[in-house]
Amino acid sequence: DGCSSLRLVLLECVGEENWVDSRTVYIGHKEPPPGAEAYIPQRYPDNRIVSSKYTFWNFIPKNLFEQFRRIANFYFLVIFLVQLIIDTPTSPVTSGLPLFFVITVTAIKQGYEDWLRHKADCSINECPVDVVQQGKVVRTQSHKLRVGDIVVVREDETFPCDLILLSSSRPDGTCYVTTTSLDGESSHKTYYAIPDTMAFRTEQEVDSLHATIECEQPQPDLYKFVGRINIYKDKEEPVARPLGAENLLLRGATLKNTQHIYAVAVYTGMETKMALNYQSKSQKRSAVEKSMNAFLIVYLCILISKAVINTVLKYAWQWSPDRDEPWYNHRTENERQRHVVIRAFTDFLAFMVLFNYIIPVSMYVTVEMQKFLGSYFISWDEEMFDEELGEGAQVNTSDLNEELGQVEYVFTDKTGTLTENNMEFIECCVDGNVYIPHAICNGQILSAASSIDMIDASPGGYRRDLFFRALCLCHTVQVKEEETVDGIKRGIHQGRPTSFYISSSPDEVALVEGMKRLGYTYLRLKDNYMEILNKDDEIERFELLHVLNFDSVRRRMSVIVKSSSGDYLLFCKGADSSIFPRVVSGKVEQVKARVEQNAVEGLRTLCVAYRRLSESEYEEACHHLMEAKLALQDREQRLAQAYDIIERNFVLLGATAVEDRLQEKAADTIESLHKAGMKVWVLTGDKMETAAATCYASKLFRRSTQILELTKKRTEEQNLHDVLFELNRTVLRQRSISGLSVDCLDFGLIIDGATLSAVLKPNQEGAGHGNYREIFLEICRNCSAVLCCRMAPLQKAQIVKLIKASKEHPITLAIGDGANDVSMILEAHVGIGIMGKEGRQAARNSDYAIPKFKHLKKMLLVHGHYYYIRIAELVQYFFYKNVCFIFPQFLYQFFCGFSQQPLYDTAYLTLYNISFTSLPILLYSLVEQHVSMETLRREPSLYRDIAKNSLLRWPVFLYWTCLGVFDAVVFFFGAYFLFDNTTFTSNGQMFGNWTFGTLIFTVLVFTVTLKLALDTHHWTWINHFVIWGSLLFYVIFSLLWGGIIWPFLNYQRMYYVFMQMLSSGPAWLSIILLITVSLLPDVIKKVLCRAMCPTATERAQVRCWHQLHLRLEVQIVLFLKLGCSCFSFSDF
Amino acid sequence: MMASSYNAKEEDGHHSGASSGAGAAKNRKPDNTAFKQQRLPAWQPILTAGSVLPAFFVIGLIFIPIGIGLYVTSNNIREFEIDYTGESSNSPCYSCAKNVTWNSTEPCFCTVNFTLERPFESNVFMYYGLSNFYQNHRRYVKSRDDRQLNGDPSSLRNPSKECEPYRTSGDLPIAPCGAIANSLFNDSLVLYYIDSNNSQSEVPLVKKGIAWWTDKHVKFKNPGGNSNLTAAFQGTAKPVNWRKAVYELDPSDPENNGFINEDFIVWMRTAALPTFRKLYRIIQKKPGATPTLPSGNYVLHITYNYPVLSFDGRKRMILSTISWMGGKNPFLGIAYITVGSICFFLGVVLLIIHHKYDNRNTSADIPS
Repeated sequence: DGCSSLRLVLLECVGEENWVDSRTVYIGHKEPPPGAEAYIPQRYPDNRIVSSKYTFWNFIPKNLFEQFRRIANFYFLVIFLVQLIIDTPTSPVTSGLPLFFVITVTAIKQGYEDWLRHKADCSINECPVDVVQQGKVVRTQSHKLRVGDIVVVREDETFPCDLILLSSSRPDGTCYVTTTSLDGESSHKTYYAIPDTMAFRTEQEVDSLHATIECEQPQPDLYKFVGRINIYKDKEEPVARPLGAENLLLRGATLKNTQHIYAVAVYTGMETKMALNYQSKSQKRSAVEKSMNAFLIVYLCILISKAVINTVLKYAWQWSPDRDEPWYNHRTENERQRHVVIRAFTDFLAFMVLFNYIIPVSMYVTVEMQKFLGSYFISWDEEMFDEELGEGAQVNTSDLNEELGQVEYVFTDKTGTLTENNMEFIECCVDGNVYIPHAICNGQILSAASSIDMIDASPGGYRRDLFFRALCLCHTVQVKEEETVDGIKRGIHQGRPTSFYISSSPDEVALVEGMKRLGYTYLRLKDNYMEILNKDDEIERFELLHVLNFDSVRRRMSVIVKSSSGDYLLFCKGADSSIFPRVVSGKVEQVKARVEQNAVEGLRTLCVAYRRLSESEYEEACHHLMEAKLALQDREQRLAQAYDIIERNFVLLGATAVEDRLQEKAADTIESLHKAGMKVWVLTGDKMETAAATCYASKLFRRSTQILELTKKRTEEQNLHDVLFELNRTVLRQRSISGLSVDCLDFGLIIDGATLSAVLKPNQEGAGHGNYREIFLEICRNCSAVLCCRMAPLQKAQIVKLIKASKEHPITLAIGDGANDVSMILEAHVGIGIMGKEGRQAARNSDYAIPKFKHLKKMLLVHGHYYYIRIAELVQYFFYKNVCFIFPQFLYQFFCGFSQQPLYDTAYLTLYNISFTSLPILLYSLVEQHVSMETLRREPSLYRDIAKNSLLRWPVFLYWTCLGVFDAVVFFFGAYFLFDNTTFTSNGQMFGNWTFGTLIFTVLVFTVTLKLALDTHHWTWINHFVIWGSLLFYVIFSLLWGGIIWPFLNYQRMYYVFMQMLSSGPAWLSIILLITVSLLPDVIKKVLCRAMCPTATERAQVRCWHQLHLRLEVQIVLFLKLGCSCFSFSDF
Repeated sequence: MMASSYNAKEEDGHHSGASSGAGAAKNRKPDNTAFKQQRLPAWQPILTAGSVLPAFFVIGLIFIPIGIGLYVTSNNIREFEIDYTGESSNSPCYSCAKNVTWNSTEPCFCTVNFTLERPFESNVFMYYGLSNFYQNHRRYVKSRDDRQLNGDPSSLRNPSKECEPYRTSGDLPIAPCGAIANSLFNDSLVLYYIDSNNSQSEVPLVKKGIAWWTDKHVKFKNPGGNSNLTAAFQGTAKPVNWRKAVYELDPSDPENNGFINEDFIVWMRTAALPTFRKLYRIIQKKPGATPTLPSGNYVLHITYNYPVLSFDGRKRMILSTISWMGGKNPFLGIAYITVGSICFFLGVVLLIIHHKYDNRNTSADIPS
């Protein structure tokens, strides 16, 4: 019989298997009976979860090593070491202290996080677990669990490791599990025990089990598991059963609706799938970061050339000995004896050290902080909070905030992203007869279904009933019979408020609910029997034999059931393209026509077919399936083959139509994205007609859009080459005609998966490799919207990659909600996940997750725009303020004999970037709003102003650098001419070099802070506080620093310098003068640019301002009038 | 003045969530605070030609008078400068300049005659000026020990390493150590007025008040108080170039001797640029209407000790009066006038631009 044939299959398989990457688990640590198999003792890690990175002992070395791997930190370390080793102008403290600060703060942060992880690990590792030992339940700690232990898990407990379900308290050997903490899916999933063990009820029974499990070595895919259990009974051949993902309970998941289960540990500790999934994704880097690095290299070059110039000049200047060593300033003997080359090299290093502040440590810290803190504004955003879902936007990485403002291409999924993925059954069509449920659904009256109940009126009994039964049986829907369900509620309140349908696919729920409204109610799955309440209120029972699960490649699913009359029936439902080729009879034409009509209306269609299996056919199918399921290697592929063999020779029953409504404001969002200059591509697995209808509805295509089709249908008529060239010609002609006209016709392209792969396929005909690719890209470039339908998940990623690699290197964004979008989300520069109904995989793998598609608008147009201008200013300003800071030092070298004498005191050198000028820019980069949020949202075209990294391009960078140099020259030579040979005080006393430096430094601090103040368009009280506060802090610090003889310092060079300076009138006057002069050019540039050629953003600012003013004026006039009337009244 | 307006967005309060019941969901709902929603009330200034031009006019109107005031003040200051280096053979100090070295024990004297065309009213400040002297050289600037100068006894015996190679002399520590102290300016200048009957009368020079008060009283201290400096400096050597020890700088006045000698303190404040001047003496205003330095002929008696020709340096003596804004410095006044005029001019330009562009923009953007 079936069983023995299975065994045979298994034994055949055994020989072929490659046992290297599989493991054998001895349940209950019992060795297999002698002779059956060799006992292979294997060592597995214990069940200790170690998510922490460090231990107490290796924290310092490991953390330091990791921190100094960053190039910036390493650079500062080198500078610091140079300062320690050679005699340099500034004390090691100046670079050591900031570096120490940065390193310490980071280390403390990481240490704290690690300590939290340790604590969490500890509590997890020490939580109690019940283990069956010698027929008794023994309580132990989680980390003591070993592979092979039999574990008891009770309801609402979390699984301590990856387990194979042996038996559950439910009689059918199933248990329900939520994997919310793993993948966020809140639906209950059913797991199955193998039939041989599901009957175990007590510990003793479980303990008596003598079996081994062979399974693959751990791998991170949560949804894949292949294994086999060999059960030894007395003196019999062992019984082998296949194990799959449906038997594997994952660590981190929670047991629900089941009193308790017995299960055996197969993967423990760091080998559990959850632990393997901790691995972080590859790092994405933003365009801003790249330009920042480019600027850094420029500054490094400037730094080195400055040092070289000064070194060369130094030795040229020192040529005469009375300059090198005048009588008043001798070298030490040591120095004199040093070789001139070494001396020159030391001088070079000393200059490097003197000027090293041009690349500031604090920039990295500030950028990191800006990104980290700034990303909170996304998750705090109330407008991106979805009441229904109870969740707001999520930020998974803060590295890409500013990239949101740079997006040029948006790739969006259709189902669940553009549309609600909230399916509603519309109609079904059996043999050309259309059935529309008349009932009221979810409180909404279906407009189309104006109460015609066609079931009784129409003829065609058997086929029709079979169709309804097919839809009632061919699914993986679960029935929840409780009042409250943790998952998403999808109940039908038809006198039975207590039952809900739950499924990972909303289509299925819609279909089953639709059937219910048409009279066939799916009741439950009980003991492997599916129960249906038919329209005569009789219960029909079908034995569920096999489920051929849905996958996105096959695009269909099937069930094999045995009816009460003993017939074997295979029901299959799937996309029309995957059903029609397999259909041998049935009213194909009528159904096809209806399906196409529905698709044009934007409905999702599924076709249903069946096949009656004879006993032998069933056996054969069974055989195929078992063979595939038992395979340890390539199981997926074998299963697909088996499915392919089984799912054929169908009889077509009919088709269904389900509506998936557009998401709220999807059209508005797409329109805004278009206006913002983004190109929107829809990538969907749906069929062309459905997708095109959705595209029209969502205004991706407008009525005026000229549609270019690049589909299989067309390429069958002409060859691909001709079609491509023709389209290209059309596009180019149009462009040359329209030329300057504003309202030029826009193009929309529709391409399907098959054609796409033909386009992307490397050209064999030697007519130029990748030729089509270029033409295709050229066409796409001229299309404002592209629809790619019939796409496989991997093709989605391919498209994104193709655009990414095109010669303009545009910034791409992919948005999707399902597992099939993950590949493109990972591929695109920015990946956005919709917290959809198809699970959380997209959201988990994305960089940002939002509840609804409409939130994309605010995300890009408002947040993205803000983040971009903020960080652009941050980067430019940082370079600017350090040019201002260091260039005077460079100039000073010409007046101090190139002796590397610093202009500023050590404290100023150290604190300039850390405290005097750090907070205002950090705050600016957190709260700046150059235009109001409303304006940004109202005028999406403002987004074009910042496109292509416009604020960080070389001309802008050059402007900032020149401004910095100009300011530095003003500071230095201003102070030089004021100081030159005159007295500054009214008591005739003279100032020294430290006063000179302090004067320049004061002007510097005020100028760079005020420059930022001039750039600030959004003055909240915090801005006022921080900008004026940091200036005040500078003054107070200087007073304090110069006010005391600091006992720990071995020099008192700053003593009373600042106060003496402030007591001098000319110093005040020159500070004011120099600040004014250095701010002047920037103000003039701003005003002139705004007046002569205002950008759209600047126009918007002015407009806003005028509107506010008008409002204000009206208010004032009203107020005055009121006042007048009051006055006149009182007068009267 | 900037164009500004308060935007009217106000925090519309914490209206508690409209729906009730979804307890778990509500906790996750972000707070509706103005800060978290980036809706803090803000002043939103924009720099347009219209809003900036008043600022330009105001700056122009303030700066030009200040500049004129400064320029006039600076022009009213009397300053007289004479170079006594003696590098050319016809100058009176030529022989001294040729002969002076640090080893010479005999002081060299020379006199320089000069004439003041106009009288100097009020206090006159006498400076010596050095050129091409790099007091701001790094090796030089750091070559001092502030602890020692502050009277710290341990630093007196064991000066800082920074003082090398002027740290020790033989076995004895040098006090004050370092290159700065070692190169103390030691010319002495005495001024005589030649009156109408050709008799010379010495102009009284005050040597107090030339150093910063805080330097003299806080930063610089003699070890063990000001009395009995000889004992306090026992066991230290004088700087190599000095003729006399530190406690002999001004034996006549214990408050001006040792480290707190004002000439020494003035020298120790290193100059910012290689051409500098330092306050040497003050000539106090005489009571009554007579000018401090009447116009006429003067003779400057110089004890020429300080060699500068070896590094191509120059020495000057400067007499200057001082106003509230310090010494003669036309640059500040000119700079103020220039910047003020530029601002004024820009104001006019902006006015034109404002009329040409801003109005056009506004009318284009807002249909009235």
